[in-house]
Amino acid sequence: MKKLQQAADTKANRELQSEAIIRLSGVGKWYGQFQVLRDIDLAVRKGERIVVCGPSGSGKSTMIRCINRLEEHQQGKIVVDGIELNSNIRNIDEIRKEVGMVFQHFNLFPHLTILQNCTLAPIWVRHMRKSDAEKVAMHYLERVKIPEQANKYPGQLSGGQQQRVAIARALCMNPKIMLFDEPTSALDPEMVKEVLDTMVSLAEEGMTMLCVTHEMGFARQVADRVIFMDAGQIVETNSPEQFFNNPRHDRSKLFLKQLLH
Amino acid sequence: MLYSFEFGDVIEAWPALVSGAANTLWLSAVSVLLGVVVAASGATAKTLGSRAVRFLVDCYIELIRNTPFLVQVFLIFFGLPAIGLKMSPNVAAVTAMVVNFAAYGIEIIRAGIESIPKGQIDAGKALGLGPFKIFRLVVFKPALQAVYPALTSQMILLMLNSSICSAIAATELTAVAGDIQSRTFRSFEVYSVVTAMYFGLSIFFWCVFAAVNSMLFKAGPRGAAR
Repeated sequence: MKKLQQAADTKANRELQSEAIIRLSGVGKWYGQFQVLRDIDLAVRKGERIVVCGPSGSGKSTMIRCINRLEEHQQGKIVVDGIELNSNIRNIDEIRKEVGMVFQHFNLFPHLTILQNCTLAPIWVRHMRKSDAEKVAMHYLERVKIPEQANKYPGQLSGGQQQRVAIARALCMNPKIMLFDEPTSALDPEMVKEVLDTMVSLAEEGMTMLCVTHEMGFARQVADRVIFMDAGQIVETNSPEQFFNNPRHDRSKLFLKQLLH
Repeated sequence: MLYSFEFGDVIEAWPALVSGAANTLWLSAVSVLLGVVVAASGATAKTLGSRAVRFLVDCYIELIRNTPFLVQVFLIFFGLPAIGLKMSPNVAAVTAMVVNFAAYGIEIIRAGIESIPKGQIDAGKALGLGPFKIFRLVVFKPALQAVYPALTSQMILLMLNSSICSAIAATELTAVAGDIQSRTFRSFEVYSVVTAMYFGLSIFFWCVFAAVNSMLFKAGPRGAAR
């Protein structure tokens, strides 16, 4: 029975691999002697929404930072949108153009206005005309519901507003994939909702999303799959319903128990 | 112990003092502008350059910071003509001030660059910007803002140090003062007035720096957004 299940899993995995927009195979990474990622296999389909959770230090952030080469992997293979990530700078640039990222601490550029934050990359990377870039930026600022803040500086906005700007800034590059690295962890509780609402609406439009988050409500609502990591490994991959109601692994059970307390 | 002040000679020499102060002002202003350009280029080279480039910049910084300014002035004015580079006292003074200021300026700006949180660079990379664009568009201005007070202090110091250039007869304020006191022997009066004039020049420079600060760095303190 177990063998049959395994065979089915492998077949499903193979099908997934063929249409995957992100593919990690046997990825490993070390900080000095310490191994942070161990043999990570993951395939993400176009339009799929994946939530990555796990205890701190489990390698979740490192894994998604490897996908746009903010961290370098030392073993295995990462292919994003058909391009392999290696030391070829042209490949890295191509991938970064197509992969948007939202950070825990927003990382907006404090010396630029909100509008300039949003137009910087379209102008300098996509070589758009300033007026066109501004049109695109205003479109996305309207989508995250803060067009009226366009001429302010990041320091004048609340945390929630800053994070929504960060999402708009990433969307201005018209990415195929969005990575979220604990986007709500640095926010006051009352600001979490406004950011999550933005992410939910993005998910509903079919964006391929990989979110490191502990917002389990969000995971239930939008995730196609939940990935649980521990000690640099993917311990469990499951549907949100199965993961929350009937986790397979003891480590996931313990994590969920601690999260609910 | 009673000393009676006699300002008559100083008042008589007032036009010369004013022209000396004006010379100090423009020698310093030119040196500050050129110095900032050289310092910014040096800091850029030290951040983005190859190992060899960084080593050369380090050598320059250490050489200048560990030798007296007066000796540097003499080397440029008296030494360089030996290899065919002859300069007027004022040009030699500006050259010496630029070379001296830039060494300190590089280190100050580099400190600013290092103070930029790594997250800013990550954000630039994630948006697809290359290292040079990240440096120019993301790092440089906030770095300059972070060290602006230190940089302007160094600029004031440069203006005050211009007095040392009187040793090569650059026509700046201290040289003019020396001239007047050697004619009139009214040292106390002359140097009291010159002290007040340097103080006035410093206040003028601070006002200019404050205006530039509010013009360049509109975003205010950068603590709010990491």
